[in-house]
Amino acid sequence: MSALDRVFRTCRDEQRAALVAYLAAGFPDNATSREAMAALAASGADIVEVGVPYTDPLMDGPVIQDAADRALAGGFRVRDLLGNVEAVASAGAVPVVMSYWNPILRYGPDAFARDLAAAGGAGLITPDLIPDEAAAWRAAAEARGVAPIFLVAPSSTDARLAMTAEATRGFIYAASTMGVTGARTSVGAGARELVERTRAVSDLPVCVGLGVSTREQAAEVASFADGVIVGSALVRALGEGTADGRGLAPLQALTAELAEGVRQR
Amino acid sequence: MTEHREQPEGLGRFGDFGGRFVPEALIAALDELDAARTEASTDPTFTQELARLHRDYTGRPTPLTEVPRFAEHAGGARVFLKREDLTHTGSHKINNVLGQALLTVRMGKRRVIAETGAGQHGVATATAAALMGLDCTVYMGEKDTRRQALNVARMRLLGAEVVPVSHGSATLKDAINEALRDWVTNVEDTHYLLGTVTGPHPFPTMVRDFHRVIGDEAHDQLRQVTGGLPDIVCACVGGGSNAMGIFQRFREEPSVRLVGFEAGGEGIESGRHSARFSTGQPGVLHGAATYVLQDEDGQTLDSHSVSAGLDYPSVGPEHAYLRDTGRAEYHPVSDDEAMEAFALLSRTEGILPAIESAHALAGALRLGRESGPGTVILVNLSGRGDKDVETAASWFGLTGEDAAAADEHPASQTHPPTEGIES
Ligand SMILES: Cc1ncc(COP(=O)(O)O)c(C=O)c1O
Repeated sequence: MSALDRVFRTCRDEQRAALVAYLAAGFPDNATSREAMAALAASGADIVEVGVPYTDPLMDGPVIQDAADRALAGGFRVRDLLGNVEAVASAGAVPVVMSYWNPILRYGPDAFARDLAAAGGAGLITPDLIPDEAAAWRAAAEARGVAPIFLVAPSSTDARLAMTAEATRGFIYAASTMGVTGARTSVGAGARELVERTRAVSDLPVCVGLGVSTREQAAEVASFADGVIVGSALVRALGEGTADGRGLAPLQALTAELAEGVRQR
Repeated sequence: MTEHREQPEGLGRFGDFGGRFVPEALIAALDELDAARTEASTDPTFTQELARLHRDYTGRPTPLTEVPRFAEHAGGARVFLKREDLTHTGSHKINNVLGQALLTVRMGKRRVIAETGAGQHGVATATAAALMGLDCTVYMGEKDTRRQALNVARMRLLGAEVVPVSHGSATLKDAINEALRDWVTNVEDTHYLLGTVTGPHPFPTMVRDFHRVIGDEAHDQLRQVTGGLPDIVCACVGGGSNAMGIFQRFREEPSVRLVGFEAGGEGIESGRHSARFSTGQPGVLHGAATYVLQDEDGQTLDSHSVSAGLDYPSVGPEHAYLRDTGRAEYHPVSDDEAMEAFALLSRTEGILPAIESAHALAGALRLGRESGPGTVILVNLSGRGDKDVETAASWFGLTGEDAAAADEHPASQTHPPTEGIES
């Protein structure tokens, strides 16, 4: 059984959803980003998404764009993310990487799968790589025991949901609304419907992302999904804390609240 | 590459290039667009309406002009210009825009969004939106809004909203990122009217097909004058739409050399250029597998060019295929060379070219001198230079106080034009 399978089994046993927490590697700098990711694990995140800063993040809103810019300006290199993966694993959460495709393509999909597995990484989420284009990546991931995690969207047809689920391992990433990352006041009724449509074609756990920022929203999503993905709100909390001298405290507080939310359902 | 195919296979493949590297959320819209354009291409109500607009609105066919005084500087070659500069809105961009705007209406969407570099695609999109009663938002790098201020004003006069994008390098690539973010959010009622032959399938194929009218017309016009085919076809290559448009008719003619000119900026060695085929590597950007200016981590590098329309770190995937199969060649032209050709065409023929098109003109001069007398060179004059008057005037020192000096010495002090220019 893979580490991701174990997380979702535990959550099922505890009758709760998993908390999947995103931060960008290298933001605000390499050392702090590793401490922050370890803090997510210690504060209740089950899975930590290690985001790879990229120059052209077309699925991301301003908060994550700015974090990526800052990391790149600070000299972030793609190989640095392996340190983040190790930090998450030793803090007791399951690390997965989230990256646009070109940095992985340039690293070499085989080499990336190998190095990610060696660092303790469980999977790779690819926001701009669909299964149709991913034959080589799927083979490389399979060979190294790394989960290829693809996204589904409200606009996905039932046929594409089934095809995407078939290609995915670990969990399915359901983009709750049509749009880019960033906190929203409501997560949208479309999310519940998308989860139901995905469940109709797959037994994989379904995690919902895009727009969740509060305990209440986490609880709402936890009532119908297997996992709640939070990104921009955590990136903002880390950015504010490190800028105004409170350090990791706001990040830890928000993570703890979200962890309560996924247990509230 | 192991296999060479003429037609894209599967999801818009050109050999190893092309494809669809975009979020899943956009796939349904891309499928809808692909179905609509395929259906429309054989529907007479669509093709006749587009032909009518080309004739009555755009002013097609555009003329083919021989330019003998310019050609005196091209080693005795005969040079013919395909005058896309004479279209309504002033560049080839309108061909593709009218096609996609009609498709937008056909798909029942009421809003178009576009990216623009030089502003020509934005102006064409704003124009078609006004004509067809569509809402229009144009994303433009903030750096480009400054160097193409005239076109920003034109778009706003036409009723479009222009959104300056200050993220990243604040040029065309960042405008495309922002347009894609808008599209993914509003795809239900919005069509992304992409302005060149890149992006996810079906854009590269569809945009090429809407521009093939350029090469079709030029082929017949040239045959009437010379009785034959051109020896060389030249075009500038930003994303590559005007080049694909003029190349397409000649691809199956093995005697015709197809040559694309990319922006060499301040020189390849300087690192400040947009020469994807000189220093770029295969990768993925904006939905397509193609050549990309990138560092060893796959991060996109900033591009540079005096020409906003060529200032782009990636290139249409079919060009990558034409280059790797050897069917077309691509060479850089520096800012200096392009501006010399700009001045030369202006002063010898009374035609102010777009600075983008001036790269193709510089290439024609170079190839003419290499190829010898009698060579027939067809150049796609993709646009006119009105939008570039400010850039050119300051390049040649013709503004403000410099202007008085220039009146005495028509050739600029800082950037002397090509020797032999008549003034
Ligand atoms: C006049 C003109 N020519 C060429 C280009 C470059 O685009 P493409 O390579 O798609 O023809 C532009 C783009 O803005 C343009 O305005």
